[in-house]
Amino acid sequence: MINDNIGQVNKQMKRRILLDKFARIIFISTMVVVLAILALLIIRVFIQGFSVLNISFLTNTLSTQADQAGILGAILGTLWLMAVVVPTTMIIGVSTAIYLECYAKKNRIHSFIQMNIGNLAGVPSIVYGILGLTVFVRTLELGNVVLAGGLTMSLLILPIIIVASQEAIQSVPATLSEASYGIGASKWQTIKNIIIPASLPNILTGAILALSRAIGETAPLVVIGIPALLIPFPGSLLDRFTVLPMQIYYWTLDASLVAEYANLAAATIIVLLVSLFILNASAIYLRHKFKVNY
Amino acid sequence: METTNHQLPIQNKRVFKRKFERVIPFILLLITCVSIITSIMIVATLLSETVTFFKHVSFVEFFTNTTLKPLSNDPQFGVLPLISATIISSTIAISVAGPIGMMVAIFLSEYASERVRNVVKPLLEILAGIPTIVYGFFALTFITPFLKNFIPGLETTNILSPGLIMGIMIIPMIASLSEDAMNAVPRSLREASYGLGSTKLEVATKVVLPAAFSGIVASFVLAISRAIGETMIVTIASGSTKNFSLNITESMQTMTAYIVEVTGGDAPAGSTIYYSLYAVAMTLFVFTFLMNMFARYVTQKFKENY
Repeated sequence: MINDNIGQVNKQMKRRILLDKFARIIFISTMVVVLAILALLIIRVFIQGFSVLNISFLTNTLSTQADQAGILGAILGTLWLMAVVVPTTMIIGVSTAIYLECYAKKNRIHSFIQMNIGNLAGVPSIVYGILGLTVFVRTLELGNVVLAGGLTMSLLILPIIIVASQEAIQSVPATLSEASYGIGASKWQTIKNIIIPASLPNILTGAILALSRAIGETAPLVVIGIPALLIPFPGSLLDRFTVLPMQIYYWTLDASLVAEYANLAAATIIVLLVSLFILNASAIYLRHKFKVNY
Repeated sequence: METTNHQLPIQNKRVFKRKFERVIPFILLLITCVSIITSIMIVATLLSETVTFFKHVSFVEFFTNTTLKPLSNDPQFGVLPLISATIISSTIAISVAGPIGMMVAIFLSEYASERVRNVVKPLLEILAGIPTIVYGFFALTFITPFLKNFIPGLETTNILSPGLIMGIMIIPMIASLSEDAMNAVPRSLREASYGLGSTKLEVATKVVLPAAFSGIVASFVLAISRAIGETMIVTIASGSTKNFSLNITESMQTMTAYIVEVTGGDAPAGSTIYYSLYAVAMTLFVFTFLMNMFARYVTQKFKENY
């Protein structure tokens, strides 16, 4: 009788352990399969794109002739866009974070502003495009120029930068600012000399990640009406422009007309992915390099 | 006399500093208002133009008509084809990403060693950083031709492959948010279960999952909301047929893709098509807003306090 029971328990135990091992194998293989599919897709893009990717592709202007087309205009356009996005989002984002973390009383208004920022982060990017189209392009009559695109993009990534900066400021230990107050520093002096320098690496990491989002974002710019084929380079904030993702978009759509366009799109994807990878890697490096354990 | 003369500039400086100190919070508050003004402007622009749209087309017709023919001589504005296509593509996406994302999350939080986590988590971060336009290119040029081998009737633009690729896109989101929720479950709960002789799988499914349930639900809702708002993948790979059907091998247009088509087509300001853009955007905005609020509500309401 007792032996029977033990036998049954053993059997059950074996089944449970087997199930556990089986589950582990399923989990690992699922993850490997997903990563492999993505790796395969990326490798295929690289193979397809490398056939047309060379120096002249990076330095040529746009052309309807597939073998003469280049993306210099799109690269410059992306840089121009960043020239608007970086200063506006950094100034507004960090200021908002400082206000919310250091000055605002933690009352209802504070939690309302906080909730509002959370909701803005969840608004689909295309809605920001409509906002940009209505306000910047049509009402302010800027047209589809660098400034309009840059401001739209800034509004889009602002919530991300605010939240990242808030977290960075929160991670500065209170003992540091207490020490600063203790030697007679005022609030602003403490923020300027202690809190901002201590949180800067984390703020920059968050900002870089948000910027790489802005560099890869397409939908708002499509809605604003960034032109398909643009030969002249932007020379000021009020010039029309195009960016790398837009170039990918039009070449992908037109690949049904001219087959070589698919290769051009693939080559542009390589350029975009490599620059995003460098940006992300530098953000991760920054996070490790300046990580301070208080 | 000498001392007063000596002190004056310092006092001036102090007064100035004290004033400066008092002005700063106001400047920062003004800047903080940018985010509130943004929200107000989003709602205001969408609302005002949507109201104008409903003067041209009745509210009931917009939400019950199953045909959308904005360009025909007898234009019809029913949003249902767009809504159904949006729901279909998000459903495909979540049925891919849900199970896989959960498995990745359980693996990372319960099974993986520190070393494996340190490799997999940055990989997921990189995946989350791939621009959606790139995923759109994958869907149109790789996934659709590949699927055609198995489904001969698949159209060149269809709702299936963008749905699948969107699923891959939101896996990192579900995985990392769910994993955060699972990590927040205190160690003592797991230890108690191990003490009773549970296997890892039993701890994961019977202790950690129920304890982290609200966080997991929130991660699903946020991921669906992301899929609903996703634009470039569906614009590129699912075409522009305003199709009210359940056949996932056909081309269908989602709400986001319609917005892109109308804005790209230079609809004259003031026309009904132009206003329909805002009505569709408003619908999209309300959908995603409600889902985000729901996710917030779930995490706050059902938060387990240990």
